[in-house]
Amino acid sequence: MDDPQGIVLAAERISKAFAGVQVLFSVDFQLRRGEVHALMGENGAGKSTLVKILSGFEQPTSGQVLLDGQPIKLPPDGRAEALGIAIIHQEFNLAEHLTVTESMYLGREVTRWGVLDRKFMRAETRKALDQLGTSIDENALISSLPVAARQMVEIAKAISRKARVVIMDEPTAVLTRAETDVLFNQIRRLKSEGTSFIFVSHKLDEVMALSDRITVLRDGQWIKTAPTTEMSGERIAQLMVGRELSSLFPGKVEPDVDESIALEVRGVSTGYVKNASFKLRKGEVIGFAGLIGSGRTELMEAVAGLRPRTGQVLLNGEALASGHLDQSMDKGLAYLTKDRKSKGLLLQSGMAANLTLQSMFMHSRWGYLNPKSEAEALERARRRFDIRVRDPRVVVGRMSGGNQQKLLLAKVMEREPRVVIIDEPTRGIDVGTKQQIYNFIAALAAEGCSIIVVSSEMPEVIGLCTRVAVMREGRIVGMLEGDAINETEIMRYAAGLKTAA
Amino acid sequence: MTTAEEQLPKRGRFADLDLRAVAPFAALALLLLLGALVNPNFISLANLENVATRSAFIALIAVGATFVISSGDLDLSVGSMVAFVASLLILFLNSGVIANPVMLLCAGVVLTVVIGMLCGLANGLITTLGKIEPFIATLGTMGIYRGLTTWLSQGGAITLESRELQDLYRPVYFGQILGIPVPILVVLLVTGVAAFVLYRTSYGRHVVAVGSNREVARYSAIKVDRVRNVAFIIQGLCVAIAVLLYVPRLGSTSATTGMLWELQAITAVVVGGTALKGGAGRVWGTICGALILELVGNIMLLSNFISEYLIGTIQGSIIIIAMLVQRSLARKA
Repeated sequence: MDDPQGIVLAAERISKAFAGVQVLFSVDFQLRRGEVHALMGENGAGKSTLVKILSGFEQPTSGQVLLDGQPIKLPPDGRAEALGIAIIHQEFNLAEHLTVTESMYLGREVTRWGVLDRKFMRAETRKALDQLGTSIDENALISSLPVAARQMVEIAKAISRKARVVIMDEPTAVLTRAETDVLFNQIRRLKSEGTSFIFVSHKLDEVMALSDRITVLRDGQWIKTAPTTEMSGERIAQLMVGRELSSLFPGKVEPDVDESIALEVRGVSTGYVKNASFKLRKGEVIGFAGLIGSGRTELMEAVAGLRPRTGQVLLNGEALASGHLDQSMDKGLAYLTKDRKSKGLLLQSGMAANLTLQSMFMHSRWGYLNPKSEAEALERARRRFDIRVRDPRVVVGRMSGGNQQKLLLAKVMEREPRVVIIDEPTRGIDVGTKQQIYNFIAALAAEGCSIIVVSSEMPEVIGLCTRVAVMREGRIVGMLEGDAINETEIMRYAAGLKTAA
Repeated sequence: MTTAEEQLPKRGRFADLDLRAVAPFAALALLLLLGALVNPNFISLANLENVATRSAFIALIAVGATFVISSGDLDLSVGSMVAFVASLLILFLNSGVIANPVMLLCAGVVLTVVIGMLCGLANGLITTLGKIEPFIATLGTMGIYRGLTTWLSQGGAITLESRELQDLYRPVYFGQILGIPVPILVVLLVTGVAAFVLYRTSYGRHVVAVGSNREVARYSAIKVDRVRNVAFIIQGLCVAIAVLLYVPRLGSTSATTGMLWELQAITAVVVGGTALKGGAGRVWGTICGALILELVGNIMLLSNFISEYLIGTIQGSIIIIAMLVQRSLARKA
């Protein structure tokens, strides 16, 4: 058994149920002083729930939390921070109208003679940001920062509060490689000073590189806790899904060179995206790689008609008007947003309402919506996309990320588009569901659907696509084919070391 | 996965009830009980019929407000709009441009409906095209409609002059069909249609989508501004229908007609369980809310506990209490 002296935070036989649905079954978890403890599992395995219980945001249905060996009822709404437990959420927690400094000191403003000591707080913020090796301006408004920078501010905030336990839920999902490295160095430094970390992540390589111990959850059950050195990526993946993983990606099939052109983009500019041109053949899967902020999403939203643009977009030879998503959809173009929670799905509504949101005309006559027809569509979609939900009446916000993503895919496919743009098809979802989504993409392509995959996960574009466009600073800087599609080559283009003529 | 589904505990019927949908009806039942205890006359059919009839104006306006609020907007101008539209209707009827009184009345009805919808459209366009917060936009039009009414009436009253028209028009408020007062029938009809539109049509679904998350709606190719504008127009239409019932009741309007009705309409909507931040509309709950407001006033009149001059205070408290109840129920759900 573990030395009880070294355990900072522990969960004993924690169970949790939401509205009668049990999501955690008697889970044990122990965090030692000065360790990085990775928490892994498929989406819906109960990681986020466990982490919320360990930080006081949720109370367990049964079982107890121990802090320094003493049973404790953690205060709700982030007040556990006073006890030295800081959490960095998957969803950001920063007020948009505040500056970086103001958010860092929110709720614990430093005063002198009752007046805010802005100068001191600015200097301290600068120091904290410098430690993280980031050049974010401490006077910048949060709303003006890109997502990755906001994540860095969140991290700086937690670290600056001298937390003993820092819980990070998918902290690197929006960070670049370089930013991730800086973050990891900081974590290692703090760890050596005795801070403990709970690290929730889907990225096996990061977990292997950073963590000391790994706990795997599956379907709300504790499966295994072991030192990282005793585990391998393959082993963890097996424990998570409970079955052997065959190759993650289905085989690639490239359509004939003289296959008809499904989508042609000619000289499209929008925002800072400049003069982008590319062609997509029928049944082809092409990838768009690049660093975050390289303009991929902007370009795709402009192509789909969500942003005004100049230049031409031809769908099967027919020009699409700028800024009219409805017309693009009518003609068979679909766009799947990467932001499924705030742009893709109505989290307060049920599955059927979400599924048919952009295809209601298929279920209505004279404006009357036929609930039976909608229910049938949902049943079909659940079978086709393997959406596993225990209670079919559940609101979408309560579903796991993987199921949400499948539902979003189903929603878009209801209109049977011929060209589908999928932005980050597997962001924040588990390995098993990822594999399923890759299979859906391959199957769609085999049916003659043309697909654009925009992704920051390089293995994804490499494993799925027969051609890969790389974007940098708003321009398409390279189009890779065949053997040229590999991480080093993509990185060369993305980082600006190489540019196609 | 089958095992997991089998393990799912059987949920009773009670667990399926959405507390937020039931709460207003429970409150109504409680209020009826309280009223019966306070004064035996209260529970008489005549009194209840009277209460329901008088709640008709607020109920009708609140049905429209349910659409606006569900789509994530707010309309503060409805009270002033009642005064403005009613004044124009009476002025039109007094002008006597059509000799035949029946035809004149029919034309007046059409005119009222058109003006009401135009007023709603104006609110919608200022909010959507002008990209102004609905709170501010309709605060502005609230002043405008009220001011125009005061100007039209020159600070006094506008009264329906023709006795013949008054007699012709009277039954619309005071009449009965199959023993049921006309206003109650109108409310039931309008609410039935509204419930159908909100729950069973694409437009209703669009309203809820726009109200719960505008970005999701936009990314789903829903014409967000059009949905919002139509909601404001529906609000205008409901105000027009309320006006058509209101004018035969007193036959006159003044600068204070419809004063604070926006407060009552919004209260009815919120008491009825519609979320003020949009995304969940409950039309029948709204009717229930309107009845509750009127019942509270009625109980205050029939009992001697509280001065009836405090009615505004009580209604103001109700909206706050309703919000607190909504929030606590949302936590539990």
